[in-house]
Amino acid sequence: MIRCNAITKRFGSFAALHGIDLHVRQGEFIALLGPSGSGKTTLLRIIAGLEFQDSGQVLFADEDVSKRNVADRHVGFVFQNYALFRHMNVAHNVAFGLSVRKGRDKPSRAAINERAEELLRLVQLEGLGARYPSQLSGGQRQRVALARALAIEPKLLLLDEPFGALDAKVRKDLRRWLRDLHKAMGLTSIFVTHDQEEALELADRVVVMNEGRIEQIGTPEEIYMNPATPFVSHFVGETNRVGQGGEELHFRPHDTALVSQGGEAVLVDNVFRKGGVWRIEGILQTQQILVEIDLDAASTPPSLGEIIQIRPRQFRSFNQAGAQIKGEPQ
Amino acid sequence: MSRETALRATSEGRLWQALLIGGALAFLGIFLALPLIAVFAEAFKTGLGAFVLAVQTPDALASIRLTLFIAAISVPLNMIFGIAASWAITKFEFSGKALLITLIDLPFSISPVVSGLIFVLLFGANGVVGPWLAAHDLKIIFAVPGIVLATLFITFPFVARELIPLMMEQGKSEEEAALSLGANGWQTFWYVTLPNIRWGLLYGVLLCNARAMGEFGAVSVVSGHIRGETNTMPLHVEILYNEYDFVGAFAVASLLALLALVTLVAKSVLEWRFDMNSGAGH
Repeated sequence: MIRCNAITKRFGSFAALHGIDLHVRQGEFIALLGPSGSGKTTLLRIIAGLEFQDSGQVLFADEDVSKRNVADRHVGFVFQNYALFRHMNVAHNVAFGLSVRKGRDKPSRAAINERAEELLRLVQLEGLGARYPSQLSGGQRQRVALARALAIEPKLLLLDEPFGALDAKVRKDLRRWLRDLHKAMGLTSIFVTHDQEEALELADRVVVMNEGRIEQIGTPEEIYMNPATPFVSHFVGETNRVGQGGEELHFRPHDTALVSQGGEAVLVDNVFRKGGVWRIEGILQTQQILVEIDLDAASTPPSLGEIIQIRPRQFRSFNQAGAQIKGEPQ
Repeated sequence: MSRETALRATSEGRLWQALLIGGALAFLGIFLALPLIAVFAEAFKTGLGAFVLAVQTPDALASIRLTLFIAAISVPLNMIFGIAASWAITKFEFSGKALLITLIDLPFSISPVVSGLIFVLLFGANGVVGPWLAAHDLKIIFAVPGIVLATLFITFPFVARELIPLMMEQGKSEEEAALSLGANGWQTFWYVTLPNIRWGLLYGVLLCNARAMGEFGAVSVVSGHIRGETNTMPLHVEILYNEYDFVGAFAVASLLALLALVTLVAKSVLEWRFDMNSGAGH
């Protein structure tokens, strides 16, 4: 449904995007995941038409919309800090997209009010239409922003760090709710986040970006279990990285087992309970670097200063160029 | 720590506090309140009748009319310019932005007399376009158009200076949101930007107006001081004063002072509304 072909963008001397190719299918929920400065927001804004690429095309359903501005692309956009119109009440905010229509496209006042009511019901903010944005909580503002974006009945919903400004509990609830809404309305959605947990939990597919390039596109499962590059392995999930003869070995803390002999010696430096597991922080004796290991919470953890033997159950190794090498556990 | 010191924000003793507050009040009294009182006292020295007569002389009335006329032209123009410049500077990226900001500030950094001279050098009889103007029988210097130009120049920065920081702080995401919802540029300005800046704009217009009516230096250079024709209120005050017509001078001056007081009150009211609004905006 949405296709980006070789999108590049520079801001002055800073190259924000180098040749991005992306294909989003109808009905998909896509996360653009990356650290700040990776170009994810720029890509989202280019898809929306709030920013224009220097070269390459944006296609909506095989139609080239590269030259169209945001008003003509008909997408719902939810801004990072919601960007609610501060001097309008909630109902007017939601109705804005309909009230600015002209001539025959403009619904009657009664129809607009009814639609605004309906949308507020959809986002569970019935009866709050007369409030002003400043009188709402962060989570409520977020939902008003969504209702406002949905008022123009977009097929594509774009969200820039939609949960960034919310506290952890509200964030979690809204996440699930947004996921359901996306499904129920048959939307195609793309959201930007730097929070890997959010991306892995919500998205059908995750696009991991770094320094203006796409590192990997895949389902959350693929991204986590089979990271294509050292960057993805390191950025998504926790990873121990151990250099070994020109290669870099990556293994997850929970993919590490204690063995009685033949493993790598680790000096236990710190032990604490992390959720459902014991987290061991220790110094890998051969290289004097910090490694993290998770052990079953039911087991007895090693004590501080003890030397333990570890062996990764699963690992990936990358050569210096970042290419993955197949190998056997040592 | 005693309860009382805990409640106070500073640690100075009572004596110091009294001295500081007293000093500030005395300063304000001597440099602001006293002159203001003096203006009104002098104006009404020989009674209300003399005041009314002094204000009603044809020359005084002409100066009041001219001042209002000048303000009526320059304030709306600079309001439009100020909005346009702040909109451009805060919502768009373009090269030469820093230069534009500097240019807007220019009238603040130039002496008003020099500002007036610029126009004399441009449009005066020996100026750059003076001969051409004379040939086409157009009078700018020592006529009303010159006064309008000088006032426009002097009051150039007021609205923009007020709006730029405000609009900078508000960012452009609300405008982007409006556009993404299908609004065109005009709708975006009218329904989103203007309501957000209305108090700041009014405030800027008020200051601009006060200056437009009160400007002396630049206007004095280009006016030519023709009684009943090119004298604004401040210029008229000077003429009367130089002619030892103190009641007349102070009577007209008191009208200007009144304008200042009204501006001050309006400004306070606006600031109060402004605070309430931006307070609610966070």
